[in-house]
Amino acid sequence: MAEARPRTLFDKIWDHHVVETLPDGTALLYIDRHLVHEVTSPQAFEGLRAAGRPVRRPDATVAVVDHNIATDATRRTGITDPESRLQVETLERNVVEFGVPYIPLLDARQGIVHVIGPELGLSLPGMTIVCGDSHTSTHGALGALAFGIGTSEVEHVLATQTLLQKPAKNMRVTVDGTLPLGCTAKDIVLAIIGKIGTAGGTGHVIEFAGEAIRALDMAGRMTICNMSIEAGARAGMVAPDETTFEYVRGKPHAPQGEALERAVAWWRSLPSDPGAVFDKEVTLRAEEILPMVSWGTSPEDVLPITGTVPDPSSFADEARQAQVKRMLDYMGLQAGQKLTDLKVDVVFIGSCTNSRIEDMRIAADIARGRKVADGVRAMVVPGSGLVKQQAEAEGLDQVFKEAGFEWREAGCSMCLGMNPDKLTPGQRCASTSNRNFEGRQGPGGRTHLLSPAMAAAAALAGHLADVREWQPR
Amino acid sequence: MKPFTTLTGIAAPLPKANVDTDQIIPARFLKTIQRTGLGRHLFANFRFREDGSENPDFVLNQEPYRKAEILVAFENFGCGSSREHAPWALLDFGIRCVIAPDFADIFHNNSFKNGILPVKLPREVCEKLMEDARMGGNARLSVDLERQVVVRPNGEEIPFEVDAFRRHCLLNGLDDIGQTLEHKDSIDSYETRQRASQPWLFA
Ligand code: SF4
Repeated sequence: MAEARPRTLFDKIWDHHVVETLPDGTALLYIDRHLVHEVTSPQAFEGLRAAGRPVRRPDATVAVVDHNIATDATRRTGITDPESRLQVETLERNVVEFGVPYIPLLDARQGIVHVIGPELGLSLPGMTIVCGDSHTSTHGALGALAFGIGTSEVEHVLATQTLLQKPAKNMRVTVDGTLPLGCTAKDIVLAIIGKIGTAGGTGHVIEFAGEAIRALDMAGRMTICNMSIEAGARAGMVAPDETTFEYVRGKPHAPQGEALERAVAWWRSLPSDPGAVFDKEVTLRAEEILPMVSWGTSPEDVLPITGTVPDPSSFADEARQAQVKRMLDYMGLQAGQKLTDLKVDVVFIGSCTNSRIEDMRIAADIARGRKVADGVRAMVVPGSGLVKQQAEAEGLDQVFKEAGFEWREAGCSMCLGMNPDKLTPGQRCASTSNRNFEGRQGPGGRTHLLSPAMAAAAALAGHLADVREWQPR
Repeated sequence: MKPFTTLTGIAAPLPKANVDTDQIIPARFLKTIQRTGLGRHLFANFRFREDGSENPDFVLNQEPYRKAEILVAFENFGCGSSREHAPWALLDFGIRCVIAPDFADIFHNNSFKNGILPVKLPREVCEKLMEDARMGGNARLSVDLERQVVVRPNGEEIPFEVDAFRRHCLLNGLDDIGQTLEHKDSIDSYETRQRASQPWLFA
C-alpha cells in the first residue's frame, strides 16, 4: 500500500499496530511487549482471576520486582516491611498462576524494569511497549513506542494484548551541535525540560533528533527518553540507526541471524520521512548546554552549575513567586547562594535514568584515585544484576569502594521512598534520578537532580560541584 | 463485570455536595494488592473515629443503611483524583448505583468501567429521593436501567438519561475488556499476520 503522506517515526509505529479503529476514532492498539512489576499489577491479576480470564500472551509478558526491594545484603533474608513483602509475594504467586515469565529477586538478570528490558533484548525497535509505570518512556530510545499505563490498562493488556488509545500529537526536539566537556545526556534532558517546562510535551510524543542525539550511545538516549515524562510527554523516542542495531545485536531475547536481518530491514524504514509534519518543534544548540542541576522541587527548576539560587522576586507573576518561595523553604535555600556552595549529605547514583554500565563508567572515571568527602554518604546502585556483574568485571566496584562509595545491589533504591533506602528529613541529596518532588526520596528529603558525572563530583567535593573541575586524573 | 439490569434496594442519603475521592477512600488505604476489601475503608474518615471505633452518626453505620446498594448525594460527586480505588471501594461495600445532580468526569467514567451506574437527576428530584432514602427499610428505590427509570416507593417513575453505549455495556456486563474481546477476531488475525511478517516478536 503506497503511503502518500510523509509520516513520523511515531506515526509509522502507531499505524503498524492499529488492529481496528473504532467509530469514535479510538484505536485498538496491539501491544508487543508488556513489562510487569509488583506495585501496579496486583489488582490487574486479581481482576483476571475474578473474570476467569487468562493472560493472552504470556510469551510477550515479563515480570520483575524492583520498587519494594532492599539493595543491600538484607535482600537475601527477606523484606521486612509487611506491605512491601505482600506486594512482592503477590507477584510471585500471580506469575505462577498465570504462567508469566518472571525474573526473581536473586536472579542475576533482576533489576529495574526499564534497565532490564533493553538489556535483555525484550525491548526492540518498532515495538509497542507498555508497563504500569510512567518511566516506560525509557524504552523509546530504541525507536519503540513505549509508555506507562494504569492498573485497569495493565489488566486490559494482560487479557487482550491491546489497549484502547487515542493517537498523540507529534513533537520534535532537535539538539544540534556537539556537547561541550563535562556534559552528558542528562544535561541535555535537564536543559530541555528547563526550556519547555513540565507541561511542554503534554499530549505529545516527543521525537528527539539532531546531531547531538545521534552522537549519544544507547544509554544516553535512554536517559533522555526516560525523562520525557518529566517534560509532560506521553512518550519519547529516538529513531533507530546503526548505534541501535549494534546495541540490539547479541542481546539474549533479540532476533538473531536471518531473523535479525529481516528485523533490521524493517527498522530501517521507521525513521521519520523527510517532510513529515510535527505539531510542535523545539531546537537547542548542544554547545550552549552546561552541566545542569535542579534547585527546586519540579524538574523544570534547573540551572547550570555556575548559577545561583534564584530570587523569588525575579519571577514575573505572583503565583510563581509564591511557589518559588515555598520551594526554597522546602529545599533550605537562600536566594543568591552559589549552587556550588550547597553541601550535600547523600549522593545517589542510580535509578532507571542513570544506572547503566555507561553511567557507572563515567562516575568511576571521576572517582578513581579520589576520596568521598567527609560526612557524605555516597551510594552507587547499578540498574540490574547484569550491570553489576559487568562493572565488577571491569573493576569499577573496586574504584568506587576505594573512593568510599557504597556499592549496592540492583533496584529502584533511593529514587523513591518506598524501600529501605530513604533520605531523612532535611537531608540534601545529589541524585541521578528523575524526580525531585517533595518527599520523593523520603519525607522531608531535598533532591538535586544531576548527571552521574556531576553526582560523583559532588560526592568528592562534599558540595554541588562543577564536574569540569573534577575531570578524570 | 456483573450485568446491571434492575436494582431494587435500600438507598442511603448522603446530603452533601463535592464528595471527593479522598473522602470516598482516603489515600492511606491505597497500598493494597486488591480491588476488593476496600469496602471496609469506604468513607473511613466519616465512618470511624480516631480511635478506630464506629461513628454512630454516620449513615452507613446505621440500620438498614449498612446494606445500602444505592447512594443519593448532591452535586459533583467523585471529584478529586483519578484513582480507581473510589469506585472499587463503593462496589466492595455493595453500592452499585449513585444518584446525584452531577458527577466528576473521571469518576463517572471509572464507575461505568467498574459496573456502577451513576444516575444524573436534577437537584429537586434528588431532594425528593433523599427524602425517600431517609425512610430507610420501608422505602426501597428501584433503578431500572432497561426502561431508564427510577421508581420511587410511592410508585412514581422518574426517567433518566444514559449514554446508549454505556447502557449497552452495563446491561450486558461488558467491561472495557469484555468489549475489546468482542473484537477478538480482529486481534487474532492481526496476530497471525504479525507472526508471519515479524516472527521475532513471537520467540
Ligand atoms: S528507578 Fe525510580 S523512576 Fe525508575 S522505575 Fe524505579 S522508582 Fe520509577
